[in-house]
Amino acid sequence: MMSTCEGPKGPSAAGTRAKYIKIQRGDAVIILIRQLATVFLLLLVCAEAYPNVSTKDDLHAISQQLGSVKLRALPPVVAQLENSGEAALPLLEALLNGGLFTRKSDKRVLIGLRQGDGRYLFSDAITAEILPQVSKSQMKKIVINNRLRGQIRDIIAKVTLTSVETNIRTRAIKNMFNKMTGENILLLRQAREAETEVALITLIDLALAVYDLTNATAKQTRLESLDLMAVSLEPLVFNTLAALLALDPEGNPLETDPEVRAKAQKIYTSMEEEIRFYERLEQFFYGLSLGSVLLLIATGLAITFGVMGVINMAHGELIMIGAYTTYVVQLLMPNNLEYSILVAIPMAFLMSGFVGILIQCSVIRFLHGRPLETLLATFGISLILQQAVRSIFSPLNRQIISPSWLSGSLEINAVFSLTYNRLFILIFALLVFACLQLILKKTSLGLHVRAVSQNRGMAKAMGIRTEWVDAMTFGLGSGIAGIAGVALSQLTNVGPNLGQAYLIDSFMVVVFGGVGNLWGTLVGSFTLGVANKFLEPVTGAVLANIIVLVSIILFIQKRPRGLFPQKGRAAE
Amino acid sequence: MKCITLIKSSAGVLCLLLSLSSVAAETIKVGVLHSLSGTMAISETTLKDTVLMMIEEQNKNGGLLGKKLEAVVVDPASNWPLFAEKTRELLTKEKVDVIFGCWTSVSRKSVLPVIEELNGLLFYPVQYEGEESSKNVFYTGASPNQQAIPAVDYFMNEIGVERWVLAGTDYVYPRTTNKILEAYLLANGVAKTDIMINYTPFGHSDWQGIVADVKKFGSTGKKTGVVSTINGDANVPFYKELGNQGISAEDIPVVAFSVGEEELSGLDTKPLVGHLAAWNYFQSVESAENEAFIKQWKKFIKDKKRVTNDPMEATYIGFKMWAKAVEKAGTTDVDTVEQAMIGITTPNLTGGVAVMNKNHHLSKPVLIGEIQDDGQIATVWETNGTVMGDAWSNFLTSSKDLISDWTAPISCGNYNTKTAKCSGQNF
Repeated sequence: MMSTCEGPKGPSAAGTRAKYIKIQRGDAVIILIRQLATVFLLLLVCAEAYPNVSTKDDLHAISQQLGSVKLRALPPVVAQLENSGEAALPLLEALLNGGLFTRKSDKRVLIGLRQGDGRYLFSDAITAEILPQVSKSQMKKIVINNRLRGQIRDIIAKVTLTSVETNIRTRAIKNMFNKMTGENILLLRQAREAETEVALITLIDLALAVYDLTNATAKQTRLESLDLMAVSLEPLVFNTLAALLALDPEGNPLETDPEVRAKAQKIYTSMEEEIRFYERLEQFFYGLSLGSVLLLIATGLAITFGVMGVINMAHGELIMIGAYTTYVVQLLMPNNLEYSILVAIPMAFLMSGFVGILIQCSVIRFLHGRPLETLLATFGISLILQQAVRSIFSPLNRQIISPSWLSGSLEINAVFSLTYNRLFILIFALLVFACLQLILKKTSLGLHVRAVSQNRGMAKAMGIRTEWVDAMTFGLGSGIAGIAGVALSQLTNVGPNLGQAYLIDSFMVVVFGGVGNLWGTLVGSFTLGVANKFLEPVTGAVLANIIVLVSIILFIQKRPRGLFPQKGRAAE
Repeated sequence: MKCITLIKSSAGVLCLLLSLSSVAAETIKVGVLHSLSGTMAISETTLKDTVLMMIEEQNKNGGLLGKKLEAVVVDPASNWPLFAEKTRELLTKEKVDVIFGCWTSVSRKSVLPVIEELNGLLFYPVQYEGEESSKNVFYTGASPNQQAIPAVDYFMNEIGVERWVLAGTDYVYPRTTNKILEAYLLANGVAKTDIMINYTPFGHSDWQGIVADVKKFGSTGKKTGVVSTINGDANVPFYKELGNQGISAEDIPVVAFSVGEEELSGLDTKPLVGHLAAWNYFQSVESAENEAFIKQWKKFIKDKKRVTNDPMEATYIGFKMWAKAVEKAGTTDVDTVEQAMIGITTPNLTGGVAVMNKNHHLSKPVLIGEIQDDGQIATVWETNGTVMGDAWSNFLTSSKDLISDWTAPISCGNYNTKTAKCSGQNF
């Protein structure tokens, strides 16, 4: 707003001075007064009319240009929007999010909002008038690139530095971290005066401190800046310190002041240590997270393979069915995508459990006690299921929309953040595990399952319907595989081959943890997860997998029954 | 799978017998060697359909040399040795005149000895790592200098990237491409410490640690970019992780060589917006040819939502060129068609004209595009004119003196310009 109004003032003031020198004194005073009056009037007009008429006209003209010029010519057009201040925000945001369109017929610029059903609702970019009859086929999207996105974000940051919403202000300040120009620093200093939020004041102070450290000359200011920077873990601070401590080509330090250098060195070292600590912590979390995925996919197998002794090669496909159930549920409730996953969890359990029971009753039941034939039969089933999915859903991967509450990350500090989806899956895996323990230990079904797995003949003699218990157990194991599928749909592709990729991992965990022992599965999966993640940075992902596999083979040679072998007569 | 294959192939044989009895020797046989099951089915099924569509169109226009074209479809089931067996079957039993097929480099390498032994003709439609030239193969996909090098140039000159992450799946295409790119970057004055190379297994899904490493590598204040040769499936969790860890395309842009419209149609594109892809074709390019092609494809596949992609255009160009060469040669004899192919031109779908060069590679324009939220890729940069495919990279010491020229007097796939000798090996 300011710069437009300053426009007319500058040149006319200069002009006044030029005339003042040329013309006689007496006339000059009159001319001067007249000129000043014009400037004053102009300023008044500017202040009055600006927000009402000219902004909208300006915006309209600029938006019209946005729609008509080529991508290469867009940056100067977008730059003009900065002058319109907050009025330009809707336009900028729409452009940034790919929601700005031009109508092919009359080049009118409209904002399109994607609705739940995939259709777009268009409104005028300037007047916000809603135009329900316009459809997307009449429109052409205004395409932008990364450079423009950066430019738009910078403009938004400048404009929203004084926004009323705290999180918008935070984003604006963080954005300025990347561009410490004199102009931005000036804006930040102004914002600092008006800011009331303590956290944001600290953030602004930090940015100003970094700027002062590199640009100020007074030693005291710089030392104070270092004090401010000492408490932060921002990469910006770390990089600034690293640059400050760097040596020139001859090996002499770039920073000439020894006191500043010593202090910076001290902060740098302690910061480095702290960052390293958080890196370890982060790695450990990654390990736990990988472990939780392993736990989810292996728990189902721990029941069918561990407790029942059935080698189920179709376990991976039961996971896949769970993932596809998530997809179908999502299709069925297009208006509640955010919560469809919550519905998908029980649905996937039922669906996979049902398929599991079907497999048990139609095939595995007849192959009892013949492990090799079971293996071959279930392998065949896995191929049939894969091809069935290919025929029904096509061989292409299906798209699962992640709900927004499962996207993004929880920032604990500048170098340590946990992604929400992984965090939820970790909690979810432990929850599923706890529920399963409860079922096995506290319900009559659990009692029967344990009885049948320990001594089938005796259980039968005691009046337990072993066939029914078998079917239920297999259904339970398969259902949990289905739930694992829901979790995996948030992490990876949903396609016909989803299950294959996880089959080997799940067998590995169950064998490593000890067949027949659920706690073994828990410990086994987290051990493998953490080991894998600590190896990965050192050896690379490919070698890490190999090392883990070889270690398991060696371990099994030493302890054939895994970490926690079953003891007693049941194990014989 | 075996069982299904058996049924399929026996059905194929049955059809063949029937057709033999009615229209004996009246057709030109076109072999289609794309996986219809297994891991690669996701990408290759589309190319099978593309070939079938082209054949249908050609037959509607009267066939070739007065004969109808007949497709012989086999399923190598994403099984690399089976590719060789199926090629042998196509050439000896079915006696096809030409084969359109393969996707992964390892499947092409498996087919090579067979196709050279039996003197067949293969059109390979996918971008690949180069360092190969066979008399019996026409490469209509991009070689590294038609995709990887221009993408790196774009990063260097337009975005100003100074630190490089070369991330790839652990197999022959990414390894060779990254070797070429590393040599190219070093030659352009990038320090070795500013290059990070990372390989992951096929279908890798746990990217937390690697993405965190990339984030750390990119937080030194220098502009960082990722050049991704990550294979199809592993891309989804990779981009998801990037999004979740808060890395946007403006902070650390990723340019991918294996992510096209088809791969994008299977995933939520929100976290991908602004990341880049380098290809010779995007569906979003506006031209009359492209519009007609998309319309034809949607009609043929009976699905309005299906997309087109770069390997489809490569298949399209390959097929058109082969048809022209057969007409020019007046026969389907492999040696005659092979010579007739060189110099054949056909319009690109993106405008301009593709030319088949002496080294069996095409001259094509290179496009760099940014991924949009609707799963399409919008062009943000393109080369001036076409780039000629280079069989042997100039940036590797082992191949910088080699050229490929299948016309007389050289007639050699790897002719050493320094020693003026042709190495005995054909590819």
